[in-house]
Parts: sequence; structure tokens; C-alpha cells
Amino acid sequence: MNIPVEGFMYPNEVELQWSILIVLYPFITGLVAGAFILASLERVFRVEAVKPTYRLALLTALSFLLVAPLPLQLHLGHPERSLEMYLTPHRSSAMAMFGFVYLWYLMAVLLLEIWLDFRLDIVIKSQTTTRVTRLIYRALTLGSDNISERSLHIDERLGYFITVIGIPSAFLLHGYVGFIFGSIKANPWWSSPLMPIVFIFSAMVSGIAAVMLLYMVTTRLRGRDIDIRCLDKIAQYLFYIFMIDFSLEMLDLLQRVYEADESFRSLDFMVHTRLWTSQVIIQILIGTVTPITLLGLTQILKLTEAARKRIYALAGCLTVIGIFAMRWNVVIGGQLFSKSFLGYTTYKMAFATREGLLTAIALLILPFIILSVLVKLLPPWPDAGPVPAPGAIEPRNQLTPVLRG
Amino acid sequence: MFKDVEHLVRLAAVMLIALVAFVVLRAAVVPRSFGQYGHYRGAAIAEVAARPIAFAGHDTCEACHTDVVDQKKQGRHIVLSCEACHGALARHADNPASVTPPKLDTAVLCARCHEANSAKPKASPQVVTADHSGGLACDTCHQPHRPKIDTQPATKPATEARK
Repeated sequence: MNIPVEGFMYPNEVELQWSILIVLYPFITGLVAGAFILASLERVFRVEAVKPTYRLALLTALSFLLVAPLPLQLHLGHPERSLEMYLTPHRSSAMAMFGFVYLWYLMAVLLLEIWLDFRLDIVIKSQTTTRVTRLIYRALTLGSDNISERSLHIDERLGYFITVIGIPSAFLLHGYVGFIFGSIKANPWWSSPLMPIVFIFSAMVSGIAAVMLLYMVTTRLRGRDIDIRCLDKIAQYLFYIFMIDFSLEMLDLLQRVYEADESFRSLDFMVHTRLWTSQVIIQILIGTVTPITLLGLTQILKLTEAARKRIYALAGCLTVIGIFAMRWNVVIGGQLFSKSFLGYTTYKMAFATREGLLTAIALLILPFIILSVLVKLLPPWPDAGPVPAPGAIEPRNQLTPVLRG
Repeated sequence: MFKDVEHLVRLAAVMLIALVAFVVLRAAVVPRSFGQYGHYRGAAIAEVAARPIAFAGHDTCEACHTDVVDQKKQGRHIVLSCEACHGALARHADNPASVTPPKLDTAVLCARCHEANSAKPKASPQVVTADHSGGLACDTCHQPHRPKIDTQPATKPATEARK
């Protein structure tokens, strides 16, 4: 493959080693962390307005988390070797230790919290469904069908505790992804102590926007009315966190511009040429300034409900596109310039290959397929609460009307 | 009281079983010598050492091909080891009569080092082979052991490996 090169490139820099799949990796983990932070707003910070999205946010986080390692597996090949990361851990490898961060977040936080939160539904479904689904639910109950008031209260307290642990864990998960890039001191585009912090805030932005969009779409698909109070609150948080995220990115830029180290001219040239469209136009103008302005308008102006919904939908879509562009510019941008600071290469994306566009699209669709299965298995809708069939539940397992909050 | 936390006890049991399964799996699949010297299988060193030697080393080559050494001494390729171009030839050194070194395609071999690339040191002779030779084998004009054309020998060394 003939790759257009400009100026002076070292031979090993001509071809990009990290493809679009490595762009997906921080993008997907960011959605996980962001969705979990949104869920924690209700659980820990008692923001009651966002309650309709709580369970959806948890399932969204799980769906994306299950897909998060796949881009890395596809990129590296030999997925059977990934288990060795746990069997013989290499403590000096930042990337290898991500395996433990991932496992902790999946097993100790997300699965546990989902199980505790949905246990009541699982037990009821294990007694009201038939055949294979019944077996699945019975397996999920772990053989205990106790849903007494006290046991559910214990679940609630334990769930709260796990969410409290989950918040720093979500920060760790995505902060760690930022750290992996930020700690590469040989690459001035990545090497920045601000990288983990910028990644965390951008993760929150993308996750909240994604869950907001999912809530709007799924509610519409179910033919129900969108809880505008919930939507307003999510948009408000999205606006605040986006402002912090944008400020941090601008601070990073300011630092780079003022410091103007030996790499600055080269990176500046790259932003003005090869990254102009993806960074300045898509990431900053379309994906950041526009949604912040739109969300800001909804905070200032008194708009109708319909107008607000449309603005939230548009702002949400632009936000997700903007954060994807941010990941693209970090991963791809960091490989377009030469270490000599005198040359630039080009990323030629393949189409139907292991690391091509088609694979990337499939990986982006996969979490939604997983989510649709999870939603079928564990309906997260506030209005689809457990309604036991008469006589289906034993007397000691009578439901309590208010289980949480 | 226990009934209300029974599900949590069961959960803890599942986690414990998973942990024990992991420990058992680890003990079963991680090689015993792993970590003996570093983050690798210690026994691998003995296994690698036991493999048959593939390279003879230039001292062995020079013991027989003295005329080639004399030619190399007059050119810049004196710094190159014989097997850098000719490949691993321990089997030929052990049995010169029956094991013949493979034929080399100089059009490909020479380009590996001499194809023009701006990242290479300026002191290294570089050509754009398509313009320079148009696909002709390099040894049509150059004698690889003493490649500069104005110092080319009239005849090939008697013990030079067959092309």
C-alpha cells in the first residue's frame, strides 16, 4: 500500500500501527464510565429527576463494557493469549494492568450493582416465567428467592456502597485509558498529565449524552412519554460537565501554546493541515462549541417542551460525534507526525479487513445488540416494574411498595 | 436473620468458587520455570540452547574462502559478515560438498540496504533501483564482495559461492 508522506519520516513511522479500532477503545470505555457516572447521580447524589435513566444507564454501561476489549483483541490478534495477562501479570506494562482495572470494574462494580438492583425482578421472573427463560432467571437468582423487605433493604445498602466505590472505579477505568496515552513520554501529542483528567470528563460527557439519546429513542419506541423533567436535568448536567471538559481541553491547549516546546511548530502545522477537519471543524466547532451553545440556550431561554427535546437530541448527537472525533484526533493524530518533527504521514483506513471500517462499524453496533438482549432480560423501564402474578410469590416474599429512595 | 443475607452468602460462594478455579487454572497452566530468571519461562533458555546451530560464523567461512576475504578487504563490504547476505550456512560449513548455498537474487538482496530512503544515513550509498538498474541484477555490473565499479576484479574468486 502506497502511503502519501510529506517531509521527513522515519521508516517505522510511515505506516500507522494503531488503527480505527484503537480509536474505538477509549471511545467505548468512555461511554461506559460516563453512563455509570450518570447512574450514580441518582444512587449516590440522590438526583431523583434522572431516576428513569438509572437502570438503563447501568445496562448501557455493561453492554459497552463487554465490547470494550474487543477492539484490542482484534488489533493484537491471538485473543486466547489475553488470559495470560491475568495468569502471569506484567506489572511494568501499563496496558497489561488495564486488564485488572477492567476486571475490577466489570466484576466488582457493574455486575454486582446490576445484580443487586435487579434481584427483585429476577426472583419474580424466575417464578412467573416458563421454560428456558425460567431456567435463566433461576440461575441468576443463585438459588435464593428471598425478597423479603429486610433482604431488599440489605441489597439497597450494599448497592449504595458499591456505587460509592463504583464512582472512583469509573474514574479509574477511564482515567487509566487517558494515563496509557498521557504516559507515553516519547510522543508530545499524548504526553500530558492532563490527559487522564481530560479523558474522564470527556467520558462523562459522551456517556451522559449517549444515555440521554438512548432514553429518548427507547421511550419513543415504547410509545411512552419522555419525562421532560428527567431530560432537563440530564441536559443540565451534560452542559455543566461539558463546560468543565471544554475548559480543561482549552487549558491543555493554552499550556502547549505558551510552553511552545520543540514539538509545537510541528504539531501546530499538523492541526492546521491534516487534522483541520477532524479537530477544528468536527471536534471543536461541531462537536463541542455547537452542543455547548445549544445546551446553554436551553438553560437561558424559555423554550417549549418540543423545542427542548429537539435541541437535546441534536446536542446529544453532536456531542457523541465530537467525543468520537476527540478520540480519533488523539489516537490517529498522535501517529501522523514524525519524531523528527519534519514530516507527516497519512492514515489510510482499510474497509473490509480485520482493522477496517466495517469491523469498526460492527463493533459499534454490537453493544446495542447486547443492550437489546439485556433490556429484554432485565427491563429497565420505571413503568415496567415487577408485577407478580397472583399467588406466584410465597407469602414471606411479599413485595414492598417502596424499595428504594 | 441468615435467610435475609442468604443470597449474598451464595454470591460470595460463587465468587470464591471462581477465585479457586482461577488459582487452580493458574497452577495448572503457568509453566513451573516461569519467573525463574525474569518475566519469562526459565526453561526456554535451555530449549533455545539445545536447538541446532544455524550460523557458521564468518571465521569458519574465511577458513576456506580466503580469496573472497582478500577481495572484501579492498571494498567497503569488509564490515559485513558473510551470512548477512548469504544466509545461515552452518550446514554448508559442516558438509561443503553436499550442501550448496542457495542462489542469491542480487536485484532484491542489494536493494534491502541500498534502496534510496531519506531516513538512511547520507554516507550509505543509495539508489532508486528502478532508475538505476531498471530491474537488472546488481551483480551484472557490481561485484558484491568489492562493489565499487572502478576497483572491480577481472576474474571472480575461485571459491566464491555460486550465484
